[in-house]
Amino acid sequence: MPNEHLLITKVTIDFPTDNGPFRALDDVNLSIKKGEFVSLIGHSGCGKSTVLNIVAGLHQATTGGVILDDKEVNTPGPERAVVFQNHSLLPWLTVYQNVELAVKQVFKGKKSKTEMHDWIEHNLSLVHMSHALDKLPSEISGGMKQRVGIARALSMQPKVLLMDEPFGALDALTRAHLQDSLMEIQEELGNTVIMITHDVDEAVLLSDRIVMMTNGPAATIGEILHIDLEKPRNRIALADDPHYNHLRSEVLRFLYERHANPATKAA
Amino acid sequence: MTTLVYDKFERFGFGWFVPIIKLMRGEQAGKQLVLMFRNLVIPVVGILVFLFAWHVLAAQIQTSLGTVPGPIQVWSQFQGLVEEHKAERLKEVAFYERQEKRNAKKLAKNPDAKIKVRPYTGSPTFFDQIKTSLITVMVGFLIASLMAIPIGIVCGLSKDIYAAINPLIQVFKPVSPLAWLPIVTIIISAIVTTNSEMMPKAFIISALTVTLCCIWPTIINTTIGVSNISQDLLNVSKVLRLGWFTKIRKIVLPSAIPMIFGGLRLSLGIGWMVLIAAEMLAQNPGLGKFVWDEFQNGSSNSLGRIMVAVIVIGIIGYFLDRVMLSLQKSVSWDKNAILR
Repeated sequence: MPNEHLLITKVTIDFPTDNGPFRALDDVNLSIKKGEFVSLIGHSGCGKSTVLNIVAGLHQATTGGVILDDKEVNTPGPERAVVFQNHSLLPWLTVYQNVELAVKQVFKGKKSKTEMHDWIEHNLSLVHMSHALDKLPSEISGGMKQRVGIARALSMQPKVLLMDEPFGALDALTRAHLQDSLMEIQEELGNTVIMITHDVDEAVLLSDRIVMMTNGPAATIGEILHIDLEKPRNRIALADDPHYNHLRSEVLRFLYERHANPATKAA
Repeated sequence: MTTLVYDKFERFGFGWFVPIIKLMRGEQAGKQLVLMFRNLVIPVVGILVFLFAWHVLAAQIQTSLGTVPGPIQVWSQFQGLVEEHKAERLKEVAFYERQEKRNAKKLAKNPDAKIKVRPYTGSPTFFDQIKTSLITVMVGFLIASLMAIPIGIVCGLSKDIYAAINPLIQVFKPVSPLAWLPIVTIIISAIVTTNSEMMPKAFIISALTVTLCCIWPTIINTTIGVSNISQDLLNVSKVLRLGWFTKIRKIVLPSAIPMIFGGLRLSLGIGWMVLIAAEMLAQNPGLGKFVWDEFQNGSSNSLGRIMVAVIVIGIIGYFLDRVMLSLQKSVSWDKNAILR
């Protein structure tokens, strides 16, 4: 098969509970090309994060598996860097030191001290955080923390960047800023990205493909939508674009008509 | 700049001093007066009321050693102890001077003569005993900390090891130092056969009793601190593939360090309390022995001198706690935590 970068095949996962195993995911299949930006969207509890955690190696699939560049993924590793939802910076390290921890671990013996220093500063400048190198996480805003989290993940030079609702905890304006930054960075570096999101606009704006998941238990991929909008994209120009709005309503229809949230249906 | 100085005062527990400086500098006079009233005047009034009550009540109790001494008598006993200390130091200086002269004379007569320098062997003064107590408690506390922190880390990381060790902790934690002491004494007497000048048996016994009693809070706090590390940070460590040792050093320890220092502070407080009892029975020449000797002595001064010791023990305990608190504050990365 040509150009198969990341392959998720027949992934099923059961979590043990007191009432026997609980099947969270059932037969998830997805193939992602190099440089592709894929969003996973679905209602809460549909197992989006579980898919991401399996790719990250933090969870083990019960059956099926993940193959990255012809190698099976079983354990976590820096080539699949994760941007966590709540930034997960070490609160006792400065912005610079947080990225340094990752760079030192990944490039030990591969880069000299000055190369590492330049690489850390380069990654922080990518996310526009050069002005706050010596600040502690408690001294910067939530959006800034998430920028540093992204810089830390980018600094590992991952083959795949995994983002677990990276902007979910941010206010709308900050979120828009960070989405723009992320588009810039992806334009420049061409990373392969898997992003989990709740936000339909975010998914359509950023993705090449949107993977829509059915509701759990035994959730799986319901539909995949190709976003063939030209890049680079501009959120203001797209706001009046009929094709953009059509794609957007496709996602909305999937989420609210065909696979409405079971919680709201019951109510 | 000045706020930095104020912070230093606050950090070392002298926050009550800040309004006085600010008042002298003419900053917000009204607010400073209120602060000064609360932080300085009210505590001083409390102390004065206590001293007055002590003075009145003490005079009414007759004991076998005369009336119970009031604050004035205790103060004069303290001055007496200071005088004794000074006199002893003078004697020491005189002793070494005599010895030097004698040796110089010997050398003048016969250049090959063997010179002996004898150390001064006067009895320890109250202040020497304070020093001994401080060294003893520090050694015991240090041994306890060096054992407790690794044990706590292991317990915090592994639920199984915790389950294995926890019952032992719970059983040994409430044991009184007075119960440990005979065991420690007999074992140390069996192991340590030579009574060296540097490490007298009584010293080792007292220090180890302190260790046995003050090891528990640090173990428990370290365990809690380590087991409460956020799963997100552990995931970061997994994604980075940090080695076991790097994970401990870079993520586990820094994350738990505020809790660890909280435990160390409790431990040192318990250690200082235990030490006095241990020294009494083990006859380690520290404050505990001072109290015991005065009790056995039973002179008309004894009760007053014991009270001096009680107050000194309390003040030293307070300062040890302040030192630990300032350490705890300086290592705490969570600047929102209120420590007092």
